[in-house]
Amino acid sequence: MSISVTPGEKSKPDDPAAAPVVRSRPSRAKRRQALKGWLFVGPLVLGIIAFQLVPLGISVVASLTTWDGVTTPRFVGFDNYVHLFRSDPQFWITLRNTAVFTVCVIPLTVVSALLLAVLCNGKGRFSNAFFRTAFFTPYVTSIVAIGLIWNQFFTPSGVLNKALDTVGVSGPSWLTDVDWALPAVILVSAWHAIGYPMVILIAGLQAIPESLYEAARIDGAGPARRFLRITIPLLTPQLFYVLITQIIASFQVFALIFVMTKGGPGTATSVYIYYLYQKAFTFGELGSASAMAWILFALIGLVTFAQMRLQKRWVFYND
Amino acid sequence: MTAPPRTAPPTLSSTARAADVRAGRILARGGRWILLLVLASTFLMPLLWMVATSLKSENDIAAHTLSLVPEDVRWSNYAEAFDAIRPFMWNSVQLALVNVVGVLVVASLAGYGFARFRFPGRNIAFFLVLATAIVPNIVLLLPQYIMFQRIGWIDTQLPLWVPRVMTPVFATFLLRQAFMGVPRELEEAAEVDGLGAFGIYWRIMLPQVKPALAAAGVFTFIESWNDLFGPLVFITSNNLQTLPMALAQFSGEYFSTTSLLMAASAMTIIPVIVVYLLAQRYFVQGIAATGLK
Repeated sequence: MSISVTPGEKSKPDDPAAAPVVRSRPSRAKRRQALKGWLFVGPLVLGIIAFQLVPLGISVVASLTTWDGVTTPRFVGFDNYVHLFRSDPQFWITLRNTAVFTVCVIPLTVVSALLLAVLCNGKGRFSNAFFRTAFFTPYVTSIVAIGLIWNQFFTPSGVLNKALDTVGVSGPSWLTDVDWALPAVILVSAWHAIGYPMVILIAGLQAIPESLYEAARIDGAGPARRFLRITIPLLTPQLFYVLITQIIASFQVFALIFVMTKGGPGTATSVYIYYLYQKAFTFGELGSASAMAWILFALIGLVTFAQMRLQKRWVFYND
Repeated sequence: MTAPPRTAPPTLSSTARAADVRAGRILARGGRWILLLVLASTFLMPLLWMVATSLKSENDIAAHTLSLVPEDVRWSNYAEAFDAIRPFMWNSVQLALVNVVGVLVVASLAGYGFARFRFPGRNIAFFLVLATAIVPNIVLLLPQYIMFQRIGWIDTQLPLWVPRVMTPVFATFLLRQAFMGVPRELEEAAEVDGLGAFGIYWRIMLPQVKPALAAAGVFTFIESWNDLFGPLVFITSNNLQTLPMALAQFSGEYFSTTSLLMAASAMTIIPVIVVYLLAQRYFVQGIAATGLK
């Protein structure tokens, strides 16, 4: 990479103009270049320091204290962490709810996104663009508005139950039913998110060379076989990326819960971030909430690291 | 349906087979169309229902909840709902514009700096920028709240744009890639013409990366418009609230009827969908670029 200078250009030894210029002002030119570079990236780097690095430091400190925003914080070491794991049943409930949410929403989202990606990637440019737009639309819309619409669907005498009545099924009271609230939120969450993985998978599909499919067809491979032996393996980098980003996102689900159920009924849909939010801004326990944030960060790191290690077993990079 | 008349005489077996294959393809394409149409209309049902309900009268909703066609179309619902949401709509529009302009300025400067200048600490700085992208938002939100409390930013609009404008990690990444794709000859020619570094960036390079600017701009607009956590945590006065947050918090006070609530929801959603449709190409390219690493 560094030795890419072609003989015709700068390395020409008998070029009278180039030689003295290069020798006389390398350091000054370099310094000016450096100054200019820093001026360009300066605002961003300052922003990262002020709004990300400094807050990270504050967060570490806060997680080791009894920070409530009113009284003087007291240093308590790892008490906040220990307390969460040892004697906070709600911490475990919300952790479990988040795990259930993730385990259900990920396959639902990724499998449907794969299905839609394949369907939207047939012949016919107009239809592809049209349907891709249709399936992507929920992803760009406000979660609040979407939550409010779905709330109308899920009321006991709402759209969904009226539709179920017409086929003779009496539906549950969904968002106020302990057993049905979480599945309802999972459904809406998958519905909202599906466009993003779909677009990434479509990009992956379009990168698969058509010649591979033709060769397989000549060899007598049917559509199912072509899908399993060509499409899926060559799509594994995108599937891997989608899996990681979707898991990270679902660990942090909040907005939909906030709009649709406020964690209820009881603690049925109280997910991790919702509890963290309550701790920080309802109960004023910023220290404990910061500890929760770091535990979540560690969990996300752990799961992502595990996936990175596992990817060698199933992700196929064609280069 | 077009298959039967197409069957060729049995003697010409090869053409017959070709015709069968063609008919099969047409059937397959038609099948795909129908399947997609059914899927898409089911999928978009909640949004269609929202639009239908927003145009109905209260009696109409009570009598025909499931119908997607209003008995008589009441546009007045929108006028009435708009009166209630106008101040919040204005807050959201202002914030979105400030965020888009700010992000594009900071990110394009930094993207150009990282793409074209060599300077000590560049790799560390770039690593730092990318590394902060993996920190979950919530980890930063609490200490930011503590910080903003100290400097008196709570219940102002500053926390809703300054941090976003100053830390546009994704946009910087996107623009850096775009700048790296521009041939260097353009800058060399401009330098010969006596243009300074900033002039080259502003007059020569920015016009070259318009698609990436569009992508970053749409992303920022949508993020800013739909942000929930920021307004929820940092804003306490009702009159400073953004549209989605106002809708979430006091829809009950303002909207006594479902039709008004749905009209307000539609007006929350529509600006984003319009922006998305206009810039869809760039938006999708932006997503695909990140997915392909």
